[in-house]
Amino acid sequence: MIEVRARRAFGATVIEADIATAADSLALVGPSGAGKTTLLNMVAGLETPDAGVIAIGGAVLFDSRRGVNVAPRMRRIGYVFQEPRLFPNYSVAGNLRYGASLAPPGAAPIGFEEVVGALGVDLLLDRRPGKLSGGEKQRVAIGRALLSRPRALLLDEPLSGLDPARREDLIGLIVALRDRFKLPMILVSHRLEDAQRLAEASAQVEPGRKVTLAE
Amino acid sequence: MTATEWTAVMLSLRVASVGALASLPFAIAVAYALARGRFPGKTALDVLVHLPLVMPPVVTGWLLLIGFGRHGVFGEFFERVFGVTFAFRWTGAALAAGVMGFPMMVRAIRLSLESVDHKLEQAAATLGAGPLRIFATVTLPLAFPGVFAGLILGFAKAIGEFGATITFVANIPGETQTLATAIYNTTQDPAGASSTWRLTAIAIAIAIIALSASEALARGLGGRAR
Repeated sequence: MIEVRARRAFGATVIEADIATAADSLALVGPSGAGKTTLLNMVAGLETPDAGVIAIGGAVLFDSRRGVNVAPRMRRIGYVFQEPRLFPNYSVAGNLRYGASLAPPGAAPIGFEEVVGALGVDLLLDRRPGKLSGGEKQRVAIGRALLSRPRALLLDEPLSGLDPARREDLIGLIVALRDRFKLPMILVSHRLEDAQRLAEASAQVEPGRKVTLAE
Repeated sequence: MTATEWTAVMLSLRVASVGALASLPFAIAVAYALARGRFPGKTALDVLVHLPLVMPPVVTGWLLLIGFGRHGVFGEFFERVFGVTFAFRWTGAALAAGVMGFPMMVRAIRLSLESVDHKLEQAAATLGAGPLRIFATVTLPLAFPGVFAGLILGFAKAIGEFGATITFVANIPGETQTLATAIYNTTQDPAGASSTWRLTAIAIAIAIIALSASEALARGLGGRAR
């Protein structure tokens, strides 16, 4: 269950969503500048809505009426940013272990080797992020987020900047991860075709219009 | 080299090292507050930190004497609680050196902290890292070349410190006479020209070694971070 009913005004621009879906994976589709990333930031707690409710898998992360606003680090939302934001002072293995070291004590562990194998980054472990291609960085960022045992995964344009072959690889990988780790997932894409392959439900995000999805 | 000259050189190195290293944690904390913090009085803190850079050093020295002298509020406190005396001791020279180098240290560290991409800190937060952990594992390591440059600047400033030191702890051979105050002494002595030359050569050598070491280390660290 993914619920994002939130509103935030930036001067004259308003970004508003009214999404409630039983699907475990949701794609936000729309052109650049429509507010897709802002919605993800609100789910991650990096931006605060003016009003609304955000809940994932039964956990309420934000509720303006009840005064709930869980801090980003307590939300357990694995966020794979559009630019992968790997820590340049750590190797690939170091970045992955950074995520793993922050997994909450009670959470069922996801094996380091399992993630490394699933993402196909085993030959990259000793490399620094600066020596990776765009697709490799994305995969490491996904692995780092997964290993922190999040309650949900956010993927912002995970396929952007990849050539067709790499896109296909990553689509297959994301679908496999989704099915294997049973994680609720919200992803952003500007291509409807990708969104439909990656997620069970999709919502259209248009500039200046409320995003709605109810199931 | 005479025993007095040798003592002054060694004391200078000790005073500058202790002054720079002891003020480093405070400089990092203040630089972080100025770089990332939003709090009332931030401008006032910024001004206060920069005062020793702008005020005549003799004023800083005199204020240290008032505050950290035997009968000063802080001086009495440190003597009673930690058994540390500053007035007319090498520890006072280290304090003066630390205070005088502090603004430059803070400036260098603040610049390097500001250059760390805040988005990386956000990424760490979404993974579940708390502020202290983010600082220790992401911010500080990425700012390290700047922190190191700040330390070297503080050390260099401390080696050259004169006005605040001589006002606060005087110029006592073997206790508070540093390279700078020793050179001042020799210039006042008509027979001291050769001594002045020797000490000047040592001062130049220390400066070159410190700057070269900092350049080499910064280049090495910069390379490793990429």
